[in-house]
Amino acid sequence: MIRASFALIRRDLGLSLTRGGGPLLSVGFYLTLMAMIPLSLGPDQAVLSRIAAGLTWLCLALSSLLSLERLFERDYEDAVFDTLRLGPLPLELIALLKCLSQWLGTGVILSLMTPVVMIILGAPMSLALMGLVSAFLGSLSFALIGGIGASLALGSRKGGVLMALLVLPFYVPPVIFGAGLMQAVQTGASPLQALAFLSAYALFALALGPVAMGAALRSALS
Amino acid sequence: MPKIAKPPMSEGMINFLANPERFTRVTRPLRSWLAGLAALLLVWGLYLCFASPEDYQQGDTVRIMYVHVPAAWLGLAIYGAMGLSSFFGLIFRHALADAAAKALAPIGAVFTALALATGSLWGMPMWGTPWQWDGRMTSELVLLLFYIGYIALHASIEDEVRAAKSTAILAMVGLVNLPIVHFSVQWWNSLHQGGSIFVKGGPTVGAEMLWPLFVMVGAYHALTLWLFLIRLDSEILARKYRALRARLSFN
Repeated sequence: MIRASFALIRRDLGLSLTRGGGPLLSVGFYLTLMAMIPLSLGPDQAVLSRIAAGLTWLCLALSSLLSLERLFERDYEDAVFDTLRLGPLPLELIALLKCLSQWLGTGVILSLMTPVVMIILGAPMSLALMGLVSAFLGSLSFALIGGIGASLALGSRKGGVLMALLVLPFYVPPVIFGAGLMQAVQTGASPLQALAFLSAYALFALALGPVAMGAALRSALS
Repeated sequence: MPKIAKPPMSEGMINFLANPERFTRVTRPLRSWLAGLAALLLVWGLYLCFASPEDYQQGDTVRIMYVHVPAAWLGLAIYGAMGLSSFFGLIFRHALADAAAKALAPIGAVFTALALATGSLWGMPMWGTPWQWDGRMTSELVLLLFYIGYIALHASIEDEVRAAKSTAILAMVGLVNLPIVHFSVQWWNSLHQGGSIFVKGGPTVGAEMLWPLFVMVGAYHALTLWLFLIRLDSEILARKYRALRARLSFN
């Protein structure tokens, strides 16, 4: 079972890293959003530095949304799921592993870019470390909650827009906690509370996600 | 055909009404009474609204409260009811629960939108702005987004059984997740503006204001129940129609 899990992760990671430019697409989108912000708000350094961290979180949430459509859709259409179900892994675990490889393939890369984006937008250097840590946690919850939306939207018409509508309300807590954490660091308050909330939400998504995704996939596959 | 065992009567009302035929038979005569009750309470409540005294601070605008508070309450209550019936539909495969959740969603969405609209109308004279990014308003907005997502998901899946299942899963996820969203928004608000702007209008609600509020809440409930029964009944009819059409096209 462990070997099967690793094989699945390796396959999904390989597919997302080598074919179709998966992470490159999200990274490009992330950077484009970043570039649009000063263009729409004006290059005033004082304004930008105050809102840079929060806007980076918004961009991170939107960029994580972008790659969700491919999470289950392709395997669903190619009937890969039917093959996977013949194996030893339960559907819940398959969904979880797919989300994790999605996170490793896209979320982690976006998280690594987050401090850079933040600083380019004008946030102080001191935010870099916390920005990195919080982006890891945040993108993990984005991937798991997003997986729920992706599995629910399977096989429906207009999957992409629908998924954004389903998922974004549940992206609210990580965005709030993440941006709050940045603000706490910036104002010198203790970041522990926000960090704890952010981790708690990631753990919560880790617990809820597989159950919901398993149920949704089962209904889509039947 | 295999014989289906009758459930024992001890399982009560929920099982008794699970049969769509029986449900329609029992509730159809109830509907006109409910409509009458809703109209009566609404007229009485509106009369009381205007007969009740003005607030010493808010003046006449306090009367918006009587249409605003019940709408906000029902927006939440219907969301809870949807979660509950989705639970029954998903776990116990209750025959009418899915249809009930589907019937409830637009009603809840309209009440939530009404609460937001009346809230901003009330906000204009009182706070000088139609919108404040206050915790409560923001989570009410998220609730509306959830309703819209729910309805959109149901509409976009063609197979009725699958749509019911997917939306039930969404409702269950929403049931555990929206309280978290709510509290995170509260936390966010307290972080940003440490409770300085918001001082609620009247100090305490007096009895002469509570009374019309109660009547309006009752009226809204009767109205909701009436609309719900109509929508559920038409959903049952639509199901019958779909089944008939499928059988006809099959033959």
